[in-house]
Amino acid sequence: MRGLLSQANEGFVPPSSADFDFAPIFGDSILFTKPVLLVFLSVIVAGSFFTLSARKAAIVPSKLQFAGESVYTFIRNELGRDVIGPEFMRFVPFLFSLFIFILTNNIFGIVPLIQFPTMSHIGFPIGVTIFSYVTYHYVAIKKHGFSKYVKDICFMPGIPKPVYLILTPVELLTYLVTRPLTLSMRLFANMFAGHLLLLVFTLGGEYLFTSGLILKFLSLFSFGFAIGLSFFELGIQALQAYIFTLLTALYIAGALADEH
Amino acid sequence: MTGTLAIVGFGLSTIGPGTATGLIFAAYISGVARQPEARSILQPIAFLGFALAEALALFGLVLAFVLK
Repeated sequence: MRGLLSQANEGFVPPSSADFDFAPIFGDSILFTKPVLLVFLSVIVAGSFFTLSARKAAIVPSKLQFAGESVYTFIRNELGRDVIGPEFMRFVPFLFSLFIFILTNNIFGIVPLIQFPTMSHIGFPIGVTIFSYVTYHYVAIKKHGFSKYVKDICFMPGIPKPVYLILTPVELLTYLVTRPLTLSMRLFANMFAGHLLLLVFTLGGEYLFTSGLILKFLSLFSFGFAIGLSFFELGIQALQAYIFTLLTALYIAGALADEH
Repeated sequence: MTGTLAIVGFGLSTIGPGTATGLIFAAYISGVARQPEARSILQPIAFLGFALAEALALFGLVLAFVLK
């Protein structure tokens, strides 16, 4: 990261993608950097929160139990039951862990002293996407059999024959390339853009603060904007975790449906 | 003046998704205004459409960084 004083003379340097690179924590190994540490932290935080909230389960729930259960109920009802349909209970654990994992990692973007959304490194969204990609293909192949699944994708019933010339490549591309690509890119790009936006206002404020007297006063607005945008980011982060889980549920529902 | 033309490209690429997001929420608002009890059904659909449209603008942002 840039120092406070080095900026004062050389003009404002806007944040770039280089600000997303971190030095290794132990020695020279690039395998263990801040984002990797945050992934481990997110598992510990989410795991201990839900273990604590479910440990002393009672009929009259404590506040903690209520918080944990309302998140679970939300995923089970809104994303499981309403989207997937009668067979939803099998997929609730998967959807729930997906949602919580992405949400925790995203919210790290605005937690003071951490302030880095793990998902703004493309590798992590790709990793999460692989789970959902494999799941919806596996579910469909298990339910319909491989040949029927491929036939369903390639030749949608009830369509005039010449249309297949266009429709078949488009459908194949959708199932195999576009869906995982958009799923991972959407999450990555949102977190990347959000973190960049916060960097612009905090680094801009820092630059103004180290400049002249009047500009020093203006830096207040920049920092204020950064704080306001942090709350805006909280909304985006929760929304993206929801969207990712919703789309996964929709793809699974599509895989379970009798006709595509 | 220095800079990269890719950022101008990003600016242009936001026109479409921006319009799309406006249309999606306009439709959502008028839907809820006509039938307030349909809100819970319309909300996930509206946000799904919003996320799908918004992603295109963000692809533009990512490409603006990649194609520097």
